[in-house]
Amino acid sequence: MADTVVGATPDPHAPGDDPSRRDFIHIAAGAAAAGAVVGLAWPLIDQMNPAGDTLALASIEFDLSKVAEGQQVVLKWRGKPLFVRKRTPVEIAAAVKDDHAQLRDPATDESRHKAGKPEWLVLVGTCTHLGCVPTFGGGDYGGWFCPCHGSHYDTSGRIRKGPAPKNLVVPDWAFLSDTQIKIG
Amino acid sequence: MSGHSSYEPKTGIERWLDSRLPIVRFAFDTALDFPTPKNLNYWWTFGGILALMLAIQLVTGIVLAMHYVPHVDHAFASVERIMRDVNYGWLIRYMHANGASMFFLAVYLHIIRNLYYGSYKAPREVLWILGCLIYLAMMATAFIGYVLPWGQMSFHGAVVITNLFGALPIIGEPITTWLWGGFAVDNPTLNRFFSLHYLLPFVIAGLVILHIWALHVPGNNNPTGVNVKSTSDTVPFHPYYTVKDGFAIAVFLLLYASFVFYNPNVLGHADNYVPANPLVTPSHIVPEWYFLPFYAILRAVPDKLGGVLLMFGAIATLFVLPWLDTSKVRSMRYRPQAKLYFWIFILAALVLGFCGAKLPDDPVIGSPSGLMLLDADINSFVWLSRLATLYFFAYFWVILPVLGLTETPLPVPESISEPVLSHPASTPAGGVASPEKRG
Repeated sequence: MADTVVGATPDPHAPGDDPSRRDFIHIAAGAAAAGAVVGLAWPLIDQMNPAGDTLALASIEFDLSKVAEGQQVVLKWRGKPLFVRKRTPVEIAAAVKDDHAQLRDPATDESRHKAGKPEWLVLVGTCTHLGCVPTFGGGDYGGWFCPCHGSHYDTSGRIRKGPAPKNLVVPDWAFLSDTQIKIG
Repeated sequence: MSGHSSYEPKTGIERWLDSRLPIVRFAFDTALDFPTPKNLNYWWTFGGILALMLAIQLVTGIVLAMHYVPHVDHAFASVERIMRDVNYGWLIRYMHANGASMFFLAVYLHIIRNLYYGSYKAPREVLWILGCLIYLAMMATAFIGYVLPWGQMSFHGAVVITNLFGALPIIGEPITTWLWGGFAVDNPTLNRFFSLHYLLPFVIAGLVILHIWALHVPGNNNPTGVNVKSTSDTVPFHPYYTVKDGFAIAVFLLLYASFVFYNPNVLGHADNYVPANPLVTPSHIVPEWYFLPFYAILRAVPDKLGGVLLMFGAIATLFVLPWLDTSKVRSMRYRPQAKLYFWIFILAALVLGFCGAKLPDDPVIGSPSGLMLLDADINSFVWLSRLATLYFFAYFWVILPVLGLTETPLPVPESISEPVLSHPASTPAGGVASPEKRG
């Protein structure tokens, strides 16, 4: 650099003489710093998302012969309760009858159970309002009632009254045999 | 804090330190010599009480963290071990748990003082906003702290509150998953809550320093709401207010001690002495008393997102209050109409707290009326909550803005000293204009 300032001629690169070059350096340095901050911030934010072992969620199997008609069994699946309910013919009839009632989250009863097996209902047992566990058989519609904020679900697990916006969620599940099911 | 300091170092060491780090001068100007309005009443003692409560929560909390284990398998048992086996663990935990309630009691009285005497108005808006931020941080800290014992109320409280964020469209679900660190409230959630519960009190302490800084720029408001005009309106903070605050602290500590020693669980819930069970929600889930008004607002709305927005809106409203109240008169002593609406507001807040503790569909008086309005019986807590919620918001967004324009305030005294000096008993020549009514 020293050789460029030899002589009495004015230095064309003196500060202030070339504002566009100075601006470029400022903007480039600022952009690099901002990029570095964002790049460092993301790992610090993303570390709070589910870790690898949490994501490696196992599916569970369940023997339906343990559930009598009119009963419900609560399993733990992915940290949440899972309802396995064997409905009575009266409950099924009530659910089918309301297929065309005023529903907040419209769904037919048929879409919520496996074909030909209307007695078995498998649902994630957390209220779609704020995640409490609804109680079995309660409420105005005989399905479930959430004690936290008063959501009523019918015998198909559809939301009928109260603050919850959605029906109880039907997880991915399948029959392995007549009595064995797999969830997840 | 600024300008003329009357501190004079007396010893060589003080002089030496003063020219390098004037920390003694700072403490002297801030806590001893600070000119304070001479007419402050006991409603002004809660600042000192709150500072003490923060210190108590910090000390007891750091001690508890030495014995607590933030793991779903050990958290509940480690709290029970603190209660039974750790030397004086029962005392420290009861001080911490009831300390939170006392902290909120003091902060509510402090906020009510602000609302009544108009302390949030210019030039104290930043002071007020910093106070709102402290309150917000307190709520976050208290909620997270309540989760740590990992009892039934801890767990399901955490489920409900974190699910509030799920109400947001599109980003709701990723945010709740991110908060949980999984697909349900579980060990990762407990771990991070413990970390944050240790962090947030220090954030509060930092905000408190800013709060006091912002207080010492304009100085204290006072019951008349009139600006300090001369030094005859003020007295030095020490000994006048150190003694007054000290007495108030002593009385407050009596109340605190009566909870810690005689009824340590009355403000808690028996359900939280049952270990957390993700498969069963307690039949009646309620937050701690200091959250009940907001809980009632949440439940008053029959829509998930609407309820969440209204609940957060209640807190957000506080932040913009200095710009909603259009009246130039600070103190409600001189605002007869505003005073009336203010007391109805206090009543509405208490009613909301009462409703928050009840089941929404239960009748308020006797048995249900049988008259349905929209989705619920008119004689139900949900309708009472709706009424009180309506007033809560109307007070800030309609009444205060309109009243400032329509109300004719009573004559405001010339200065803080005037109402005292022109009192008929002390001034024989009482003919001077003094329409100010006392009492």
